[in-house]
Amino acid sequence: MKVTMRVNGVERSGDIEPRVLLVDFLRTNLALTGTHVGCDTTSCGACSVQIDGEPVKSCTVLAVQAEGREVKTVEGLANGAALAPIQVGFHEEHGLQCGFCTPGMMMVTSALLERNPNPTDDEIRWAISGNICRCTGYMNIVKAVKHAAQMQAEAVKAPEHAAVAGGGE
Amino acid sequence: MFPAAFDYHAPSSLAEALSVLKERGDDAKVMAGGQSLIPLLKLRFAQPALVVDIGRLPGMAEIKRDDGHMRVGALVRHVDVERSTELAKLVPLMVEGVHWIADPLVRNRGTVVGSVCHADPAGDWGSIMLALNAELVAQSSSGERVIPLDGFFQGPFTTSLRPDEVVTAIRIPLPAGRAGGSFHKLERKVGDFATVAVSVQLQLDGNKVKKAGIGLTSVGSTNIKAKQAEQALVGHELNDDLIAEAARLAAAAAEPKDDNRGTAAYKKDVVRVYVQRGLKAALARAQEVKA
Repeated sequence: MKVTMRVNGVERSGDIEPRVLLVDFLRTNLALTGTHVGCDTTSCGACSVQIDGEPVKSCTVLAVQAEGREVKTVEGLANGAALAPIQVGFHEEHGLQCGFCTPGMMMVTSALLERNPNPTDDEIRWAISGNICRCTGYMNIVKAVKHAAQMQAEAVKAPEHAAVAGGGE
Repeated sequence: MFPAAFDYHAPSSLAEALSVLKERGDDAKVMAGGQSLIPLLKLRFAQPALVVDIGRLPGMAEIKRDDGHMRVGALVRHVDVERSTELAKLVPLMVEGVHWIADPLVRNRGTVVGSVCHADPAGDWGSIMLALNAELVAQSSSGERVIPLDGFFQGPFTTSLRPDEVVTAIRIPLPAGRAGGSFHKLERKVGDFATVAVSVQLQLDGNKVKKAGIGLTSVGSTNIKAKQAEQALVGHELNDDLIAEAARLAAAAAEPKDDNRGTAAYKKDVVRVYVQRGLKAALARAQEVKA
């Protein structure tokens, strides 16, 4: 059956079986391989994407359920060459080692920052409690999110300076 | 992992959903958020010929007061309960319990009613709703019926719902006067199923217990309502001896099995300890309410 959704702001369609999972539609049909398949059992969060701004596990969503919805993947974070604050945070604070969990971590934490621009350590840990990192632990991931929160706050105060710090034009 | 192939229908009205289920209910599974059903489909524990996705039905995502009840529509997600200031005030047991369900991403999609209808004996909503004496509103093309949750669960993943029915809401009697609840869950990590969970709801009349609800998770072939323990409390003033006796009765009602989360004897003892703690916490909260 035909399915149509907006992915990273662009309308995308496909002709798929109803049993196709959203993560497979993104990776196979749309060639957006930034979203990873980890456990494939709703446990690890590597496949996290946003639907209508809310993070979900795309291995546990049928692509047809996203019909007409707004889907955002890790490919939708950066604006051209300018990394999003959350990406800068992970870069600056060494929030990753192998990087497999990172797209999911960033989709969850960027959604958190939308709802709560200045989260505490506990609130960050709560938000990522459905996402597993098996390399190095969560210290630097928490630092990365705080870094991004600070960048966003500075951008509100002094937009031009923050854009340079973020690697922007 | 891919589910086995199925037909998919996303009705745009309840009438359309009911007519599809009248026709093909025996071969169909109803899906709301899909957070329980999709894993079952992927593991091929369930292979329905048809999935009826009620996720787009209008007017079913509301939490509202209704004739002495809170009415939670079939598309109310766990996260909606987490964010509901009205439930936090009126049925705080639900909001306390919801934080323990799955993880934040699953809570963004999974629904309360879907979880209850999934009837996993390891589910948390079942025991919370048994403690609250909730009832389900089910619709079919031949009309509406109200199903008390006590008796709804018939076995693992098995309920008294008919194949042509859709549950449109769950109704929770509003705790009145000096009431308090408490939820305790033992889990190995976030997102794991409960080793044991216990829901307790008390309502006081003066210093005596007027109503008591105790629901158990993961210690039997269904969520269990510990009725003997509940009855032992009603009409009495709570003291340490009575709390210990009710906890013993609740543990006796539990029928856990040995598994990788613990032995049956261990789980029974966790039930006993959690019912004690739950009753004490619920009592303290009820006593804080000004009569």
